[in-house]
Amino acid sequence: MAFVLLRRLGQALLILLGVAAITFVLLYALPADPARMIAGRSATAQTVASIRHELGLDQPLIIQFWTYLSGLLYGDLGRSYAQKTEVWTLIVARLPATLILMATGITVEVVLGVTFGTVAAVKRGGTVDRLVMMASFVGVSAPQFVVALLLLYVFAVTLGWFPMSGYGSFAHVVLPATTLGVLGAGWYARMVRSAMIDVLNQDYVRTARAKGLSSRRIIFRHALPNAILPIVAMIGIDIGQFMGGVVVVEAVYGWPGIGQLAWQAIQQVDIPIIMGVTLTSALAIVTGNLLADLIAPFIDPRIRTS
Amino acid sequence: MGILRSLSRQPAALFGLVIVVAVVVLALAAPLIAPFSPDDQMFDGLTLEGAPMPPGGQFLLGTDTLGRDLFSRMLFGARTSLIIGIVANGIAVSIGLFVGIVAGYLRGLPSNILMRFTDLMMAFPALLLAIVLAALLKPSLWIVAMVIALVNWVQVARIVYTETRGLVERDFIMAERSLGAGHGRILLLHILPHLVPTAIVWGTLGIATTVLLEATLSFLGIGVQPPQPSWGNIIFESQSYFQAAPWLVFFPGMVILLTALAFNLVGDALRDILDPTQRGRG
Repeated sequence: MAFVLLRRLGQALLILLGVAAITFVLLYALPADPARMIAGRSATAQTVASIRHELGLDQPLIIQFWTYLSGLLYGDLGRSYAQKTEVWTLIVARLPATLILMATGITVEVVLGVTFGTVAAVKRGGTVDRLVMMASFVGVSAPQFVVALLLLYVFAVTLGWFPMSGYGSFAHVVLPATTLGVLGAGWYARMVRSAMIDVLNQDYVRTARAKGLSSRRIIFRHALPNAILPIVAMIGIDIGQFMGGVVVVEAVYGWPGIGQLAWQAIQQVDIPIIMGVTLTSALAIVTGNLLADLIAPFIDPRIRTS
Repeated sequence: MGILRSLSRQPAALFGLVIVVAVVVLALAAPLIAPFSPDDQMFDGLTLEGAPMPPGGQFLLGTDTLGRDLFSRMLFGARTSLIIGIVANGIAVSIGLFVGIVAGYLRGLPSNILMRFTDLMMAFPALLLAIVLAALLKPSLWIVAMVIALVNWVQVARIVYTETRGLVERDFIMAERSLGAGHGRILLLHILPHLVPTAIVWGTLGIATTVLLEATLSFLGIGVQPPQPSWGNIIFESQSYFQAAPWLVFFPGMVILLTALAFNLVGDALRDILDPTQRGRG
């Protein structure tokens, strides 16, 4: 077990290193010039060159990458070009807002997905099943920004139940979290449904039924725990999806999280922040997958032995 | 034809198919159907106060903030979405097929390198990567298509890899090999045909993802650039105005949703038909 864990940790580190390398090369290969951006349009070539020298951008790419990597070892993500602050400080300041959004979003999608998926599986083939499946298709086909604007229009502008934008109270988080959750809930419902159908067809469920157990007990005690495993793996993968989604959702709702930070940085060609956010996202994805793998044996002991 | 008949027997798939056909026909016939030019900023296209005209009357779906006919812009926007959907997803599926087949067929180091690279791409936050690339490159229709293709091939590659791995172990490939068939012959004549269903299914499902991604990039202002209409940039252009003129957001939004839904429904039904082992699952 310890060996497997070490091996997986090693792989995770390699993947992060790869993500850092690819992002680094991509960002510097792109035609956008951060020195020109900082200097402004009217700056002379001399000013641009001196800024470039100041930022170390006139060094060969491989040396720049080496400097960046050795900084990473000490947890140093560099300084923002535009804000002159440590990237690490900026990200840490924005992290809680995004984590709140992700946690509530994941809660929404898991609760909706598991509930509707289970109901659909139990009522398989009936009208309820068809309705749930259709709704899940609509959910996965809905563009996030349209859902965001729609919820905003109905619940903030027309009904006035929730604030338009901002951050700070529970009312603020409802609409953004629902936007993030609705999309994923479709996937979860479909997955839970198919896992539940598999489980409900198994012999031990028939035995439980023959013993005369109530269907509620069969579903919650016997079937659902065995159908929950794919969901755990899914949450691990989902964290990655969310990191992109938060850029859109935070932009629409003016949510002061990492997505907004990234979006501002992209517009200012603030490369250190873009690098930092990409790496943070990749770290979240890798950690999510790793945690899902680690939790799996505790949910299903059969995995431990094989 | 058998596939079409099976498709039309499922109400949901039929619904999807009808919408797909409708969107394709409307996009192709856009210049014939559109009542106005999509770029025409009409004198009578705004109210006296300079606000967009609501739906109804002369302008079927109303006008946008510059007095252009929304219906005409959406018709031409369908062309943008479909071109990007087909081109970007075609490229993504081709890359995915190529990487998946090669990695699945080869053994040892080359296969390992390819699959580790795929793992690496899986750890990339896809939408974030697309946003960064699209924003820092000079955005145009083809750049957007390339960016989307670059982000979307990974999933296809993984599935094709697994399938190819399974196929290579089968007896008929061994038989081919003992008859002296070369790698090219085995790959093209014996493995590729088995992957056609997968390519068709992902070629359809992927269009839904692509249409959504294009709309998202255009909504952020880094996709297809106005005045060239796209469903996403129509919303981008009018979002600051959407409290007063909500139809400017909702009509294009609904069309994006319906199109993505239609391709998802058809793709899902195709998967059921082409891959009987998946039937009845989510």
